[in-house]
Amino acid sequence: MDTTIDVAGLRKRFGRTLALDGMTFAVPPGRITGFIGPNGAGKSTTMRVVLGLDAADAGHALIGGRPYTGLRLPLTHVGALLDAAALQPSRTARNHLLWLAHSQGLGARRVDEVIALAGLQTAARRKAGGYSLGMRQRLGIAAALLGDPPVLMFDEPFNGMDPEGIVWMRGFLAALAAEGRAVLVSSHLMSELQGNADHVVIVGRGKVIADTSVADLLASVSGHSIRIRTSARDRAAAVLARAGATVAISGSDALTVSGIPSERVIALLAEGSVPVAEVTAHRASLEEAYLELTKDAVEFQSGGASGSARPAAVS
Amino acid sequence: MTTATNTTTDSRPPADPPIAPGRDRFAYLLRAEWTKFRTVRGWIVAVFVSMVLTVLLGLFISSHSHIAPCTTGPNGGGCSYILPNGPGGEAVTDTYYFVHRALTAEGTITVRMTSLSEASENGQNPQGGPAQKQPASVPWSKAGLIITAGSDQGAAYAAVMVTGSHGARMQWNYTGDAPGLAGDVSAASPRWLRLTRAGDLVTGYDSADGANWTEIGAVTLPGLASSVQAGLFVTSPGSTTPTNQGATSASGTSSGATDATADFDHVDLTGGAPGGSWTGTSVGGGSESPYPTGSAVGYRQNADGSFAVTGSGDIAPDVTDGVGVSVLFTGLFIALIAMVVIGALFMTAEYRRGLIRATLAASPRRGWVLAAKAVVLGGVTFAAELAALAATVLIGVPLLRSSGNPVYPVTVLTEARAIVGAAALTAVFAVFALGVGSILRHGAGAVTAALTAVVLPYLLTAGIAVLPTGAAQWLMRVTPAAGFSIDQVVPAYPQVAAAYTPANGFFPLAPWAGFAVACGYAVLALGLAAYLIRRRDA
Repeated sequence: MDTTIDVAGLRKRFGRTLALDGMTFAVPPGRITGFIGPNGAGKSTTMRVVLGLDAADAGHALIGGRPYTGLRLPLTHVGALLDAAALQPSRTARNHLLWLAHSQGLGARRVDEVIALAGLQTAARRKAGGYSLGMRQRLGIAAALLGDPPVLMFDEPFNGMDPEGIVWMRGFLAALAAEGRAVLVSSHLMSELQGNADHVVIVGRGKVIADTSVADLLASVSGHSIRIRTSARDRAAAVLARAGATVAISGSDALTVSGIPSERVIALLAEGSVPVAEVTAHRASLEEAYLELTKDAVEFQSGGASGSARPAAVS
Repeated sequence: MTTATNTTTDSRPPADPPIAPGRDRFAYLLRAEWTKFRTVRGWIVAVFVSMVLTVLLGLFISSHSHIAPCTTGPNGGGCSYILPNGPGGEAVTDTYYFVHRALTAEGTITVRMTSLSEASENGQNPQGGPAQKQPASVPWSKAGLIITAGSDQGAAYAAVMVTGSHGARMQWNYTGDAPGLAGDVSAASPRWLRLTRAGDLVTGYDSADGANWTEIGAVTLPGLASSVQAGLFVTSPGSTTPTNQGATSASGTSSGATDATADFDHVDLTGGAPGGSWTGTSVGGGSESPYPTGSAVGYRQNADGSFAVTGSGDIAPDVTDGVGVSVLFTGLFIALIAMVVIGALFMTAEYRRGLIRATLAASPRRGWVLAAKAVVLGGVTFAAELAALAATVLIGVPLLRSSGNPVYPVTVLTEARAIVGAAALTAVFAVFALGVGSILRHGAGAVTAALTAVVLPYLLTAGIAVLPTGAAQWLMRVTPAAGFSIDQVVPAYPQVAAAYTPANGFFPLAPWAGFAVACGYAVLALGLAAYLIRRRDA
């Protein structure tokens, strides 16, 4: 199945602000693609252009090779959650889904199916205006799934979700990708997607900064290092340095070693009969990698821009 | 990483329903918009409330109106007044003084008129005695010859006459009117008039000298009896002040009755029934008549064969003394405001919440989204108000009659046009508001703009009626409120002087022309909305 999102050279200007500056990437089927960048990087604008809601000044966005506006019954091709608050508050959740279903020639049975998928059975006949943000996100997910589309786009789906909801959402996204769908999930927090996304498109100031697998991203930012705690600090340093490692003393009984794999470090220390209290592989977190990449692209550096406001998560 | 470069591959998912032709997809859109509309309880409640208010206000009006002319006419007093109907079915005024003889199937009547003068009957006498007459000018006073099927009000007739200030004319069966010689009549400039009858055909002539005759018109009065009455008639309608926009009575006439006196000589009747003699009859001059009767009218036959005849009243379609069925539509005005608000919100609520993005993502063909919304909104409004108005008329008209109000008889087609038209007009205004809402994308702004365009002109010209007639007529031509003319059930006649104002149910444009103006605004608003919704980012 080749159904993908294919975005090429999108440019979009709002007044004096250049929102998209040559945005180019593709979302393949069967995996989750993280779409990550600080607020104002152009994530939502890109999604709106993909859905034909905003017109790009240049470039194109295609769904399976076709522009969105040329799709018949588009919700059967692409499901999207853009803004969970976009609801008529006095309409019940079920009726919200019902009109969407009717617009695609679908019936009430499909509505009840997606209500069950999103775990909204007990609340579906309540007015959507009374929903918490987390429930609205579930409703938005249900709406996106109505047409059983091969392509899904979720803009900040974790917003307002409680921890239980976040766990559910991660599992749900993984299951959708496992079914062979192309899943694009945006976030301004790398940590939300760590361990979930296979591939990330990192954007800043309207263009792609990095389009890479998660593993390559980590490797590119900093090679992994190994921390050793040992009572024989100097002897250990000598053994490892002789084997070609870069060794730095990081405490009275601690060393940081890089340049050779961890298996080789352990073998060398064993050969040299160096007593070792603890060996830890210190890996750069995705968050660190992301912050490293986007530090020039954060629009509002002062006042705690979203990327740096949170402590980096450790894997 | 893979990219979708193979655009020829059919990428539809397995679950894709059968591809729908475009028409079916519009049906989907219609169904979606209908689902949207019916699932906002406030809108449904508002529609029902507006229906109930339409009916209740209509019934209130019908049971509390007292528009019978004899309660406001010079004679005063309550009564149940039934308007006579002419041969065409319309309500007529048929009150005049008639000096007549019987005429057979073939014959001619000729006369010379040397004067026509009018006097008002409402001059106050400071001594408290009988009201004194004062000279008056009544443009549509009428004196001349008439051939009539009988002296019952509403009988078929044909007449030639000289009018107060509209020259010589031929008129027939109340609504027919054709001009003859211009100019007023006087002893120095007399007018000769002639009517000839040949079976059903009556032909009218006039002449300045009695030698050179000009035919004004020829009319057929179907089924005219072989023996009819022919003779001299004089009548003079109440003087009206058509510029009085804020008329307090439904009739729009604010001043009293007049009478007219005409001098005739050279009376010549051929084809008269044998043994006939001139008889004076006050047609329609009963005690319930709003016009002067008794000794105030009559005739004098002089020794030289000339006549002086005084009469009061009118022979014309009645456009002032009854009520049209659309008087019951007052409640519709509230329904209209409600539906205009709903119409605007049907679109602006989506913009306010960002829901428009979900709508346009589901249906990228934006013009069709607008069309579907318009069809649903217009359909709901039309159906709801049609039901409400039909109920109002069914119950209200008998109530109106039973409380003593003369209801203008109108044809079924006219009544249907007024009812269906009023419901359709409400729908058109709701759709107009939808278009305005789509253009402005702001609820309060759209409601204000739409109500200003639709309701304000009507309120100023017909509701509280503060505008001078010229401005009122202009507003009712160029604003969407021109559409209210669809409710006019009685036409305005150029040969009948009356206050033809919106407040009295008369509009400057013809019913369908006014409706077309309102539709034009709705189309314009929707067209601009369609242009903008395609151009703008959602």
